[in-house]
Amino acid sequence: MQPHEVEQAAIRRGTMRRWLLSAPALVIIFLASFGPLFVMLAFSVLEKGDYGGVKPWTFSFDGWANVFFQHDIFTGELGFADAHLSIFWRSVRLSIITTALTLVLGFPTAYFIATRPRKTREIWVFLVTIPFWTNLLIRTFAMQEVIRNEGVINTVAMRLGMISEPIQIMYTDWAVLFGMTYVYLPLMVLPLYASMEKLDFRLVEAAYDLYANRFKVLRRIILPLTKPGIIAGSILVFIPSLGAYVTPRVLGGGKNMMLGNLIGLQFGKGNNWPLGAAISITLMVVVMVALLVYVRATARAGGDDRGR
Amino acid sequence: MNSLKTALAAAGALLVASAAHAEGELNIFNWGDYTNPELIKKFEAAYDVKVTVTDYDSNSTALAKVRAGGHGFDIVVPSANYVPIWIKEGLLLEARPDQMENFKNVDERWVGVAWDPGRHYTVPWQWGLTGIGVNTSVYKGDINTSAIFLDPPEELAGKINVAPERNDVMYAAIKYLGGEWCTDDKVLLKKVYDKLVAAKTKWLAMDYSVTEKLPSGDYSAVYYWNGAIMRSRLKNPDIAFGYPKEGFPFFMDSVAILKDAKNPENAKLFMNFIMDPENAALISDFAKYSNGIKGSGEFMDEALKTAPELNVPAEFEAAGAFIEPCSPEVMELYTRIWTDISK
Repeated sequence: MQPHEVEQAAIRRGTMRRWLLSAPALVIIFLASFGPLFVMLAFSVLEKGDYGGVKPWTFSFDGWANVFFQHDIFTGELGFADAHLSIFWRSVRLSIITTALTLVLGFPTAYFIATRPRKTREIWVFLVTIPFWTNLLIRTFAMQEVIRNEGVINTVAMRLGMISEPIQIMYTDWAVLFGMTYVYLPLMVLPLYASMEKLDFRLVEAAYDLYANRFKVLRRIILPLTKPGIIAGSILVFIPSLGAYVTPRVLGGGKNMMLGNLIGLQFGKGNNWPLGAAISITLMVVVMVALLVYVRATARAGGDDRGR
Repeated sequence: MNSLKTALAAAGALLVASAAHAEGELNIFNWGDYTNPELIKKFEAAYDVKVTVTDYDSNSTALAKVRAGGHGFDIVVPSANYVPIWIKEGLLLEARPDQMENFKNVDERWVGVAWDPGRHYTVPWQWGLTGIGVNTSVYKGDINTSAIFLDPPEELAGKINVAPERNDVMYAAIKYLGGEWCTDDKVLLKKVYDKLVAAKTKWLAMDYSVTEKLPSGDYSAVYYWNGAIMRSRLKNPDIAFGYPKEGFPFFMDSVAILKDAKNPENAKLFMNFIMDPENAALISDFAKYSNGIKGSGEFMDEALKTAPELNVPAEFEAAGAFIEPCSPEVMELYTRIWTDISK
């Protein structure tokens, strides 16, 4: 054997051993991430069972077709699935507004934390994470106590004479927005803080020295440098908002559905599992597209840095 | 609420205490907030059996879970319209409760039922109806009509909660517009659809939290189950109950034993146990629905015996009917309409 052959054999053995050692982890990752996905995919192309479930080995693309197109209930004409599309649009709209609200509230918060002395910063970050200790459902019910007609906001406003009748906030889109913004705010603050902590404040000082006003500093220095944090935070808020189930259910009063509730309905009382599976996968595709946009955007941001 | 908590805590403590020496087990799968802990305690003491109660929130959830297998439950409590599905799918044990000792106590009205003729599989748990609850300090007009939530009076607009139940709402709306349940008449269903879409703009919510928010004044009117409305009235005497004269649905949930039950003998003991009037009265005392066992009235709380929610007046008796299961095609049509109005 030539020396380089011995070396190659050793490398091969090393590679082999690495694969074998990581095999258990790979199998678990594969089963856990693709197994459920595969089940959903299979269910989405089967015919629906009469009272829930699916008929095994009876293939049908009705589930997929019905996500966007449906025969009109009364005339039988094929048209856009109006109900699904408006629910879809409501979800996207509320998620975008939630993202914007968390950004508006989270940006100054993160800036505030990042500009504290190093020791106190940790305390502030710790405070931001405290709500995670409580279950989402409980936080949502607590929110209900704040905004209901006899709740904190209305009672205080009426005592102060600002309003004479309680404002109906519960069971409106406002309540859903309010709840989602509260619940997802930490997911915006933390990545924003992470990127602001890295921000070199000497650049800010330099900008002031060059007669930039506050707004210009924000627009030309802070925003571009914290862009990765803004994008990461926005994605982290947008994705769970899109699939939110508990908040619209509890605060929205179940009157107007979001995508999560529509999927829940199909697997429950709607008895249409293939449609539910197809909508779930559609939701996942939307999330994946959002993630791709994110990756592209951050890659471009990185490229800009190198170009400069 | 506090007495409920105490009862639950007591039942929990008892479960733990009896776990050590119980002869056998019994796993009950029932609707949430529906099983009197005192009833369970009494059964455990009488037969030295450890009982575990698990909750579900809808017939379809229960069916899906049991159908998936590996559930470990012995007893399930499906609604009337779901019992034939459970039987057809071969999930229930033909336990022949009609041959049990206490079967003589079952009211004749609940023996020859359409969903289980002669009661070969199931025994009555509780029955009730979906009706109207109104806060009379807000609205003083006639409340014995579905118009309360389908053509809401001005005082109630924007203060109405409707049970998020496809069948109950569709039933009332179809009857209100003069149709029959299971109809596939598109002209009528279009009218039903338009009526529901218009009415929904006057609704505040479609939620299950009635026993809390009707008494508190968050809702001024509800279309909901009679027992929950009675529980609301006990907290706020302004609440009154109305029977929709155009038509309203009855429901009955019945106790059945699963075919793959691990403890079928204990389950049979439980079936016989709850047909005893004294025990049936305990069921009603807790959830405030009627139970279908003759002679249970004398053991019930005083408040239940005279409750306007539970004692259907003769003039409204004929307006009520059980919701039959329709063909899958019609059910799909109703689901489509339901999804469409909840968009």
